[in-house]
Amino acid sequence: MPGKLKVKIVAGRHLPVMDRASDLTDAFVEVKFGNTTFKTDVYLKSLNPQWNSEWFKFEVDDEDLQDEPLQITVLDHDTYSANDAIGKVYIDIDPLLYSEAATVISGWFPIYDTIHGIRGEINVVVKVDLFNDLNRFRQSSCGVKFFCTTSIPKCYRAVVIHGFVEELVVNEDPEYQWIDRIRTPRASNEARQRLISLMSGELQRKIGLKVLEMRGNAVVGYLQCFDLEGESGLVVRAIGTACTLDKLSSPAAFLPACNSPSKEMKESPLVHPPSHGCRSTHNSPIHTATGSRLTQNFSVSVPTLIYTGTGSGSAGKEGGPLKALLRQQTQSALEQREFPFLTLTAFPPGLLVHVGGVVSARSVKLLDRIHNPDEPETRDAWWAEIRQEIKSHAKALGCHAVVGYSESTSICEEVCILSASGTAAVLNPRFLQEGTVEGSLEQRIEENLPVGCGFCHIPYDELNMPFPAHLTYCYNCRKQKVPDVLFTTIDLPTDAVVVGKGCLIQARLCRLKKKAQAEANATAISNLLPFMEYEVHTQLMNKLKLKGMNALFGLRIQITVGENMLMGLASATGVYLAALPTPGGIQIAGKTPNDGSYEQHISHMQKKINDTIAKNKELYEINPPEVSEEIIGSPIPEPRQRSRLLRSQSESSDEVTELDLSHGKKDAFVLEIDDADAMEDVHSLLTDVPPPSGFYSCNTEIMPGINNWTSEIQMFTSVRVVRLSSLNLTNQALNKNFNGLCENLLKSLYFKLRSMTPCCLCHVNFTVSLPEDELIQVTVTAVAITFDKNQALQTTKAHAEKSLQRASADNEEMLQFPLELCSDSLPSHAFPAAKEHLESASSNSGTPAAQRATSVDYSSFADRCSSWIELIKLKAQTIRRGSIKTTVTVEKASPMGDGNFRNRSAPPCASSTVGVVKMTPLSFIPGAKITKYLGIINMFFIRETTSLREEGGVSGFLHAFIAEVFAMVRAHVAALGGNAVVSYIMKQCVFMENPSKNQAQCLINVSGDAVVFVRESDLEVMSAQQPAVNCQPSCTGEVTT
Amino acid sequence: MTSELDIFVGNTTLIDEDVYRLWLDGYSVNDAVALRVRSGILEQTGATAGVLQSDTMDHYRTFHMLERLLHAPPKLLHQLIFQIPPSRQALLIERYYTFDEAFVREVLGKKLSKGTKKDLDDISTKTGITLKSCRRQFDNFKRVFKVVEEMRGSLVDNIQQHFLLSDRLARDYAAIVFFANNRFETGKKKLQYLSFGDFAFCAELMIQNWTLGAVDSQMDDMDVDLDKEFLQDLKELKVLVADKDLLDLHKSLVCTVLRGKLSVFSEMETNFKNLSRGLVNVAAKLTHNKDVRDLFVDLVEKFVEPCRSDHWPLSDVRLFLTQYSVSVHSLDGFRHQVLWDRYMGTLRGCLLRLYHD
Repeated sequence: MPGKLKVKIVAGRHLPVMDRASDLTDAFVEVKFGNTTFKTDVYLKSLNPQWNSEWFKFEVDDEDLQDEPLQITVLDHDTYSANDAIGKVYIDIDPLLYSEAATVISGWFPIYDTIHGIRGEINVVVKVDLFNDLNRFRQSSCGVKFFCTTSIPKCYRAVVIHGFVEELVVNEDPEYQWIDRIRTPRASNEARQRLISLMSGELQRKIGLKVLEMRGNAVVGYLQCFDLEGESGLVVRAIGTACTLDKLSSPAAFLPACNSPSKEMKESPLVHPPSHGCRSTHNSPIHTATGSRLTQNFSVSVPTLIYTGTGSGSAGKEGGPLKALLRQQTQSALEQREFPFLTLTAFPPGLLVHVGGVVSARSVKLLDRIHNPDEPETRDAWWAEIRQEIKSHAKALGCHAVVGYSESTSICEEVCILSASGTAAVLNPRFLQEGTVEGSLEQRIEENLPVGCGFCHIPYDELNMPFPAHLTYCYNCRKQKVPDVLFTTIDLPTDAVVVGKGCLIQARLCRLKKKAQAEANATAISNLLPFMEYEVHTQLMNKLKLKGMNALFGLRIQITVGENMLMGLASATGVYLAALPTPGGIQIAGKTPNDGSYEQHISHMQKKINDTIAKNKELYEINPPEVSEEIIGSPIPEPRQRSRLLRSQSESSDEVTELDLSHGKKDAFVLEIDDADAMEDVHSLLTDVPPPSGFYSCNTEIMPGINNWTSEIQMFTSVRVVRLSSLNLTNQALNKNFNGLCENLLKSLYFKLRSMTPCCLCHVNFTVSLPEDELIQVTVTAVAITFDKNQALQTTKAHAEKSLQRASADNEEMLQFPLELCSDSLPSHAFPAAKEHLESASSNSGTPAAQRATSVDYSSFADRCSSWIELIKLKAQTIRRGSIKTTVTVEKASPMGDGNFRNRSAPPCASSTVGVVKMTPLSFIPGAKITKYLGIINMFFIRETTSLREEGGVSGFLHAFIAEVFAMVRAHVAALGGNAVVSYIMKQCVFMENPSKNQAQCLINVSGDAVVFVRESDLEVMSAQQPAVNCQPSCTGEVTT
Repeated sequence: MTSELDIFVGNTTLIDEDVYRLWLDGYSVNDAVALRVRSGILEQTGATAGVLQSDTMDHYRTFHMLERLLHAPPKLLHQLIFQIPPSRQALLIERYYTFDEAFVREVLGKKLSKGTKKDLDDISTKTGITLKSCRRQFDNFKRVFKVVEEMRGSLVDNIQQHFLLSDRLARDYAAIVFFANNRFETGKKKLQYLSFGDFAFCAELMIQNWTLGAVDSQMDDMDVDLDKEFLQDLKELKVLVADKDLLDLHKSLVCTVLRGKLSVFSEMETNFKNLSRGLVNVAAKLTHNKDVRDLFVDLVEKFVEPCRSDHWPLSDVRLFLTQYSVSVHSLDGFRHQVLWDRYMGTLRGCLLRLYHD
């Protein structure tokens, strides 16, 4: 009996009128957990009942605590007939099971009914007393922390990253059971909601067990999905990255080492006292989670970026042995695992050594009924197959690991497309297990300085390339080879040197497909898929070139299957990586050169494309090498010269010399116009309009090139469903429609958010589904963040001007550096870019501008460190105040409760308002520090209506439902004592309508991390004042923002 | 390709003030789009008409959902569905309850019933305000009226507490409720020159002095009903004009003081008895509900119009009314000084406000 759950029902408010005669309600509450049910007294004739119940106590296994949701049902008492249900509240008590997270759930929860939506609120208090379960055979995994965030959460430190965890559970979908024919829609919806809640609890528990087995204590990048397979069942699956996390609790631990270059290690995991003596490479690392480890010894710590530098030696011949060593280590750490995958998209410094490229795999399956829910072998086997494929792709790229890994499905009738994708990468093995660090290795590593380009260097063998690519020497360090373009599914590494700003790039594609059954259908889809992949890729490449950029981050390709078509939508954030070569333009070649007017047309098109590229370069401030080259007097050798210079390193220089001529060959950059289709393609390339001035957009966490975020954020979800005119649809018409749909949607967003400019839409996440024939549904969730335009202008100006001004000055400095850095002189553009990065680091940490200016002077390592120290110091401050702020927010979360207290005697008055809860798909909140993670929010709702017209049609229905979902998420976060949800994601929004029957149904699944954040400005105030005093200002500040 | 569904939901509810105004003014989505296009927004933002249409629809839907909450503003503050910053909440409420001068003049003092609601069509045609907007304004009046009608305590405070309006707007609503409750006639042609502000001013004075709440601020504090006892007592004032000696004495007292001070002294002297009769008779008639309703008509007929036809300047009216009320204190045979002050104090204020072109 290892746990006692205690629940108290305090009060209700704004209840609906259930008794028409009296215009009042006789409400009571049923509290159910597992098979135990308690009831409150009936509170007669009130819409604002005050139950003030006793504590209802449930004595339960911790296994049940994890699986079961607490179910609270509000009913209207009826003497003669059956009691009417008003609505329900499901409370996931998981956050109460970790020691550090929330200790109590207390607040107003919206009472939700699947037919009527939110009907009033109920005030509930929930507590859990856990008895320690000592080392027995455990079925529960209480205490394993879950994070949706796909990076190491802000107030934690990764000690070990253990690797991939996955699990899936299946069940019959209640909606498809025979009983559904006789029960009400409400009962059916509730059965479904409850089942999914149970299944996700079970799934989380099972994953937790796997994590414990791996000796981890947390799952980061937890992604849980539902597959509604219809007749064949309901699958809930999840993937994540198991880690051992340490709470950054004692700021003192950081201070001693601030003056040594090893300070970078403060953030990086795995600093071991050698006395630990554990240097084994076996895959079950021994660790003790002691918080004091950091302070014990810094001698083994290494600026991790350096590691990056050496690792990349693998590309050159001279790096051979080291490469082998590195590979060996990584192998030992990762390859013994079945799947060396990480769901992370951002990494602790030093973990990511090289990036190979995007790896993806898809497979088309026919769904069959799941006969035995306890043995979901088929589904497991399917995924295992796909993962195996991903793994082998990664291997072909010379990588041992896959990062930024994700899985998805698209289901239509009995056909299911399973997709997995990620980024092949070489990781630093030290993070993946303990005690493997070899001193001698590090010494070699330390000889090189970090330059922030290491991840671009190719991990694969140049002579044995997995695919044709044009390699060139890295434009940043001049030492290793880099590809001409780089596609990844991860976020832009924070140390990456970027020129200009990034932008959202989308490839959109539709393909008609004949309606078919079963195998024939699956075959047709399988046959189409490679073509779609190819076209999506080509489109992405062309659009990237058109933007004058050379790398994609956060790439997400979604292929959706419908009755009679397939849709592909790829979103990514394009950037210009300073380390990669300048992209070539796009050349158009006609097939029939004899026709004069045709020629003219072609050249006209060519001109338009060239103009667009030029315009885009200006728009995104991409003005790299050339400018500075001239001014400095060409310190950078011409590409050809350079290749000659470097040829001494026994490389075949062919690719390098070919680089600038590459359009001569028939490759991705040459668009051959041989028929109308191709013409359309070119046109569609040019129809993408850039966002209006003052707007930027990206689908990654942070916008490359913008760093001065201000605190205003607006998260939103926008849904559009369009009906295609069914008459003679062609692929072209379809493409055009789809393109128009997406472009218009973006335009609408820009228009709606125009009052926030200058701002950036971050984490723009498009989801396409095909709910019916001829219906396309696009769902977008993103967050708009404002930034300081003046500062931005200064930065960009500085960017341009300083590179001019300082060109000469820097030149002198450079004379000293090149010797240390590399024999070649550094391209000067690296300086301003690096500077930007520095600024981003320092502005993130809230350093005043003056201080920043001094630290920005040159991009030497020491300086980078000093700004790093600033960051650490501030972090330390955050931590110190963490506990203080927590109490503050708990108070803050309860004004609703307090309000009610006041309201018990008097009618509600103007003074009490609802606390603000921020929501964002990002892992951070600009201008604020996250001080505490309260637990994962994972909610599933169904809403149905049989009076669609009366509720404002489909738009009115869905608008209200999404608003309600937001409200319920906010209420749960507030009840946990939090004031924000980070890494918020709407994983599913399945909408079905039947207008002729005046009916509609929608399923929504959302998740995120509930957190407590403190404004940086409040932090400063706090350090100046007594903590108790400034609880007030921070509260009011919250409300007004 | 037709759009079946098109929504935008923000974690913080987006409120576009311009669209809100158009919605409040009762324009249909299409009219609102047309008006927005005319405002040049497309040129400013580079948006297309389709974007504007979608945006307008979206805002209209949001306002429609918010409307239910706006009917009971405290609910807007406590609800969890829409996250709206307090300043925006205040703006939403204030604008929702703001009314058009032209409209309020049409319904001021009318019974807020279904019958009147049918007249809204005519009002809409007459004032050029959309029927939808008329309905909203009428329903607002009615809703506020229903809530505070039977409530104790200060009328303005009650309105402010239950509808979270600004002080200014709450006062206006107090006047509307007061007029509706007492059914003062304001629609006669004679009264057309008066603005809502004029009436609201009078209403405030009357609430302060002539209601039950004015005498006893603790118990039975009813601001909406006139003090019946007081109205009954007003009959006693009749002696001022019925008793010839008293009337003459009163006249001589006033004339002595004002001689040489008024530019219209002779006109005043000749008209004194008529004016005095008028004012006192108005008081004496207030026992009948019908006469209460005609209060403003009577005041204009019996006092404002005669003075205006003789071209009394406002300063002379003020001097006269002051002297006229004060002199009564020197009338030895008159015993109802307190009553007189309660009546005349308010009336003087009202008359001065009503006296303009």
